[in-house]
Amino acid sequence: MKEFFRFVGGSVRIVTRGRKMYYAWLGVLVLLIIQGALAYAEQFRTGLVLTDMRDPLSWGFYIGNFTFLVGVAAAAVMLVIPAYVYHWKPMREVVIFGELLAIAAILMCLLFVLVDMGHPERFWHLIPFLGTPNLPSSILAWDAMVLNVYLALNLVVATYLIFCAFYRRDYNHSVVTALVILSIPAAVSIHTVTAFLYNGMASRPYWNSAILAPRFLASAFCSGPAILLILFQVLRRTTRFEIQKEALHKIAELMAYAMAINLFLFGAEVFREYYSNTEHLVHTQYLFSGLHGHPSPIAKYAWGSVILGIVAFVLFLIPAARRHPVSMNLGCVMIYISVYIEKGIALIVPGYTPDVLGQIYEYVPSITEVRVSVGIFSVGFLAFTLMVKVAIGVLFGDIHAANVRDGDTLSPATAQPAG
Amino acid sequence: MSTGEPEAKPARSVSRRSALKCLGGAAAAASVAACSSNAERAKFVESFIRTNFRELSDEDRQGLIKHWEKKYTKRYGKPVTVSATPPQKDVLFGYALDISRCIGCRRCVYACVEENNQSRDPQVHWITVLEMDKDKGVDLHHANAHYDAESVPQPGKFYFPVQCQQCEDPPCVKSCPVGATWQEPDGIVTIDYDWCVGCRCCMSACPYGARHFNWREPSIPADELNTETEYLGNRPRPRGVVEKCTFCIQRTRNGQYPACVEVCPVGARKFGNLLDPESEIRYIIENKRIFVFKKELNTRPKFFYYYG
Repeated sequence: MKEFFRFVGGSVRIVTRGRKMYYAWLGVLVLLIIQGALAYAEQFRTGLVLTDMRDPLSWGFYIGNFTFLVGVAAAAVMLVIPAYVYHWKPMREVVIFGELLAIAAILMCLLFVLVDMGHPERFWHLIPFLGTPNLPSSILAWDAMVLNVYLALNLVVATYLIFCAFYRRDYNHSVVTALVILSIPAAVSIHTVTAFLYNGMASRPYWNSAILAPRFLASAFCSGPAILLILFQVLRRTTRFEIQKEALHKIAELMAYAMAINLFLFGAEVFREYYSNTEHLVHTQYLFSGLHGHPSPIAKYAWGSVILGIVAFVLFLIPAARRHPVSMNLGCVMIYISVYIEKGIALIVPGYTPDVLGQIYEYVPSITEVRVSVGIFSVGFLAFTLMVKVAIGVLFGDIHAANVRDGDTLSPATAQPAG
Repeated sequence: MSTGEPEAKPARSVSRRSALKCLGGAAAAASVAACSSNAERAKFVESFIRTNFRELSDEDRQGLIKHWEKKYTKRYGKPVTVSATPPQKDVLFGYALDISRCIGCRRCVYACVEENNQSRDPQVHWITVLEMDKDKGVDLHHANAHYDAESVPQPGKFYFPVQCQQCEDPPCVKSCPVGATWQEPDGIVTIDYDWCVGCRCCMSACPYGARHFNWREPSIPADELNTETEYLGNRPRPRGVVEKCTFCIQRTRNGQYPACVEVCPVGARKFGNLLDPESEIRYIIENKRIFVFKKELNTRPKFFYYYG
């Protein structure tokens, strides 16, 4: 226990020291969080009327972001499998950062669910033994449970690995491997259960498709690693973080497979909708063209998502292109935007449009929704920044138990480069 | 709800409630400092830790009812009663609507608003009437919910009112993460407004658009308030929770017709006990051409449409 406190103390010292750029970044995030908190305070006082959601479209931007981020969190598992189970060396550091990203993503997920609730102060009604979670029949009750289990798993593994590195000891391989193996089905489950949340609603034919969960997983395995690839390069430039080129290329290769599966599943869905041409086609028509002779306001996003997804796939399919830094980063940004649209606007809006009584309500996120969402993303970035700062300081810097023990302050030489 | 459940429940809820009292007491301690009297403090803690209405003992229910009666009476400046009328034995409510008679006047919509204390601003309607083309039949994608009720019926059109279908297999109940909505023994699907977390899963799950959310604080002018209210029905709702048609639970459990049935000028709406072979509703089901809305979803509505 005493050792753990020293680890915490060391971590606090790491995050409170850094270069000007580091402080400026934290300052910007804190400002964005404050504006988000102010917007949310207003929403909490007045009600969800400050969003643009209404009865015909009862979930919007918040739940779209939630869905996207569950995918990001789940994708960490993809990097975990080869690293720990097959003892593939170059991936180890990749995995810790993948897990930290998962923690930050789940944190954002939980916040997005909370701000979407009419009575967030009653969240404890969902907690087993305290409240009355409607298990096994409610998918949202399951989702809350698996998300928290996944969060706990990643917190434990990442903290333990960094803790061991802090004391320069070897970690307990059997325990870590067991937890990591457990986190694989947990990662699959969080995204599957989130897909079932939509999928299980027979009232919404657009979501009621058997390949929704596989599509969720496939697109998550595109967007999650895309974020990681970009983050790794940023970290490599701004900090002491080291990563082998092989690891980056391996991730890019795995992404190419995921993109192929993602496009295939999308094609299968489109074929079924248009070829069978039932009355349920209206939702897909609203997504890509429009209804009753009116062009759809979301069609441009939908087409953008499809085109970006195809171009990114072509880039990643060619080995030379996915290894070249410029085309690799371009592909990452493209697939990120593509999946963000696919899991947000293109998933939620057509599900509700036309609504269950055939009526059309046009939805655009309100200023409050955008402000609160920016605030939540900033909370996620802040959490990720602080966790990564500790991880880099311990794994790649000189910071460990020995030099934290004696002096109250770290020498500038050890503190600076970690920032 | 199975018949075996009621005996098993009290023990479980008592133990959890006592555990909650300790926990809630500690958690609320900080905010309680702001409350002035002991009684107020007890109320505050109680409101935070109470469990789902369905699991409360009779004594706790009475306490809660008194609490709300006092609160509403103060808020609206006139006596308001809150009841928790139990379901009658051997009763399963059913509804039938004659779409060849309905003229789309929307009187049912507004009678429902007045009877059930829906918010006037913003407007909440539990009944939606759709205008449809006679030559297309029940075709939602050519239906219009925003027609002008001043000039009905229009030639070539017919009218199709939709409200909660009181499904035997309700997808909303299945989806609620906290069990804040359930089906009563007389078939009515009810909501505990003080337990609902406002996640709106039920609204996505409902194939009939029957559930409505209080996007802001509902407002009802005091002189328009219906003061005879039911806990699981028409009592004023807070912001941030879901509400819907309860077949006028406060009326029908006391032997009256729902407000929409009474107000309908053309007698298109029929209501009764499905378990009574002599009832009008049974006669309609056995002798008319009936159908249920979105039959393919297998929700088994107890709301039947028919051609009279």
